[in-house]
Amino acid sequence: MNELSLHILDLVQNAISAGASHIIILVEQQPEQDLLIIEIRDDGCGMSEELLQRVVSPFATTRTTRKVGLGIPMFKQCAEQCEGKFSLASRPNEGTVIRAEFRRSHVDLPPMGDLAGTMCSLLIASPEKPEFTLEYVFGKERFVFDTAEIRNALGGLPLNLPEVIEWVKGYLQEGMRQAESPEADSQQNL
Amino acid sequence: MKSIAELEAIRQRTLDQVNLRREHEGTRIVVGMATCGIAAGARPVLLAFMDEISKRKLLDVTVAQTGCIGMCRLEPIVEITCPGKEKVTYVHVKPEMVARIVSEHVVNGNPVEEYTIGHAAE
Repeated sequence: MNELSLHILDLVQNAISAGASHIIILVEQQPEQDLLIIEIRDDGCGMSEELLQRVVSPFATTRTTRKVGLGIPMFKQCAEQCEGKFSLASRPNEGTVIRAEFRRSHVDLPPMGDLAGTMCSLLIASPEKPEFTLEYVFGKERFVFDTAEIRNALGGLPLNLPEVIEWVKGYLQEGMRQAESPEADSQQNL
Repeated sequence: MKSIAELEAIRQRTLDQVNLRREHEGTRIVVGMATCGIAAGARPVLLAFMDEISKRKLLDVTVAQTGCIGMCRLEPIVEITCPGKEKVTYVHVKPEMVARIVSEHVVNGNPVEEYTIGHAAE
């Protein structure tokens, strides 16, 4: 995985498979503290203590088509090689929280990549449920994207209509860019 | 500046299309999006299909995802099923291949042989 946003796409798929009805994705950048946080929180079926111990190993998967599962181990490895922290907490029938902190300036930190593309892919893949919330924090700025709000505004239209996806992509790119440089719009300098 | 209010306009514009989509049994494009697919480049492929469908205003085509189908080394894998026809499986799909697949296969009904799994296996 050469983009952090690809890890996010992959890990959110786990949450969808866990039958979550609401998935909250937090991406937080704190340049002053040299910190980048990625957290995915779901209210899906959760994991038993025993499975929780096992999933960080590449030889655990719920899949039946093959014997290895690399999503979580690769994410963990990525955090650790950036002098970061990885944590995974889960309770059966309550949900799972997967979180990693990275040193933002670390030379091995992959780029964020196309986070808007990740969100659009999720909407194309799962247009009916669950609801997704993306919280994008940069310093003191915060941009929140919430599919429940979009669904409401669309009055029952599916989220995977090409026109809606295109709008979402633009909306996300604009929102995140603005969080990163709130003054840029008025000063036209970025 | 984009705003949520724009969605109301999209809603009114697309309401008829949605009803059309519901009445038709259309073509299904399914992209493998497990860890193996994502790592091999499935996300830009999925988005390229969506983009092409949007550009060509194809109303009876849906794009969906599936998990790992057990052939990780051939990812990104895309399966296309046109109504009444057998499923065609494309392997090692790249975004650059998408326009041709949509135009020749999805629109005109002729699968692009050289991108299919049968061709790759030979």
